[in-house]
Amino acid sequence: MTSDLEALYRGAIVDHSKHPRNCRPLEAGRQAHGFNPICGDRLTVYVEVVDGVIRDASFGGLGCAIAIASASLMTESVKGRTVAEADALFERVQRLITAPADAPVEDLGALSALAGVRRFPVRVKCATLPWCALRAAAAAGDEVVTTG
Amino acid sequence: MAASDAAAIRRDFPLLRQLVHGKPLAYLDNASTTQKPHVVIDRLTQYYAEENANVHRGLHSLSDRATRAFEEARVTVGRFLNADPREVVFVRGTTEAINLVAATFGRSCVGPADEIVVSEMEHHSNIVPWQILCEQQGAQLRIIPITDAGELDLDAYAALLTDRTRLVAVTHVSNAMGTVNPITEIVRAAHGRGIPVLVDGAQAVAHGPVDVRALGCDFYAFSGHKLFGPTGIGALYGTSALLESMPPYQSGGDMIRSVSFEHTVYDIPPHRFEAGTPDIAGAVGLAAAIDYLSGIGFERIADHERELLEYATGALARIPGVRVIGTAAHKVGVLSFVLDDVHPHDVATILDREGVAIRAGHHCCQPLMERLGVPATARASLALYNNHDDIDALSTALQTARGLFG
Repeated sequence: MTSDLEALYRGAIVDHSKHPRNCRPLEAGRQAHGFNPICGDRLTVYVEVVDGVIRDASFGGLGCAIAIASASLMTESVKGRTVAEADALFERVQRLITAPADAPVEDLGALSALAGVRRFPVRVKCATLPWCALRAAAAAGDEVVTTG
Repeated sequence: MAASDAAAIRRDFPLLRQLVHGKPLAYLDNASTTQKPHVVIDRLTQYYAEENANVHRGLHSLSDRATRAFEEARVTVGRFLNADPREVVFVRGTTEAINLVAATFGRSCVGPADEIVVSEMEHHSNIVPWQILCEQQGAQLRIIPITDAGELDLDAYAALLTDRTRLVAVTHVSNAMGTVNPITEIVRAAHGRGIPVLVDGAQAVAHGPVDVRALGCDFYAFSGHKLFGPTGIGALYGTSALLESMPPYQSGGDMIRSVSFEHTVYDIPPHRFEAGTPDIAGAVGLAAAIDYLSGIGFERIADHERELLEYATGALARIPGVRVIGTAAHKVGVLSFVLDDVHPHDVATILDREGVAIRAGHHCCQPLMERLGVPATARASLALYNNHDDIDALSTALQTARGLFG
């Protein structure tokens, strides 16, 4: 087994993909749909924002292990943050997963588990799909964002 | 085919010699596109180095030579399909061939309340052109359902044919499941009501001989790049009677007899449908691919693939958690499958790191995926140069995938 694959599918990623957290609809919140037309992944991200703070976040849909794990980790890490903070966190996740393979891994807590994606450029969009949907839901809601 | 013959054929394809992620390449994505033998690559080089000129217009020697090479390629394609060369229109590929028929035959013969019949297993390229035509003309699309095994429901098909049906457009072989459809039966039922039939041959041509006269179809479309030829070239077969009745597709140079500002006289088929400078090198490259395959023999190729499909089907059956999608009685070397809890994209990524190239996704068949109740599948598709080692690499990599998600 190659180390690249072990880095991508490390325990936390497989665990979050098989047992996703916050995988449920959210009645109170806003929602946005994320769609990757190339692979057909479809996620809906729900978010409840009160006074600019994300009080709750969840998701539903179908996707690969990377998309589901990223969505699961994301919903856990953005709760309690302001929308602006969640946006900034998305930027850091993007840097984490698009950095050169040998660059140091920034400590983003549980989200650092996504670092293995950097060795698989074609999978970056899988990881960013839920984040794009979160951004759309927090901003306006009821949109479809695509990663085309 | 003897093992030594198979090894010799594999050596004809330079791309297959490379390593991917340090592993020998097992190229099992042939339904997407096929690799090219030396003779095709060399033919393209030779054309550009020695014969390049525009066709059908120059009076100089080089133009004559290019025109001959291009028209000889048409003869070769005609022979390959058992058609008259005048019934062979060069296009960019299957997609353009279908769009051509939709834009010409479709616009002139399909009117309000008319119907076009397609099947549930079609590639988007044999759905969307008809959908657009239906919207433009106020016509309706009718869908032949499939069975759980991935075969056409022929009773339902017969019931769909009415006095309003203007065309039946079906695939010869399903790109997502490998099902070979009973084209002669489909044609017989349609012709019984005077309805023409278009066959999408994109996935059929690489797997065995095609005889449009025996099939009885009115149109047959295929792409060169799925037949070990270059990208950007393909052919549309149409019966002389239909082609002669059809208005032009694109217009401009090379498709006319005479032009004045008052009146233009179009050329006869097939030139009427080939406006502008065609992909001359592509056509001669495609002919080289057909000559190469004829040299091996289509029956031998089909035999080799049949044996390999059996071997691969057995290998997949031994891997716990693998479910093959599409179990038609008559199929070619396309194996769509899902692996328990592992999403097809993850399967494809893991296989790629083991040197195994497959496709994962909806295969441009979203309505079919909907019918099968899966968002996507992984697909291994075979060609004449594949061997048991490729299938063994696939099996080993699938075990790795199971291990990572275990």
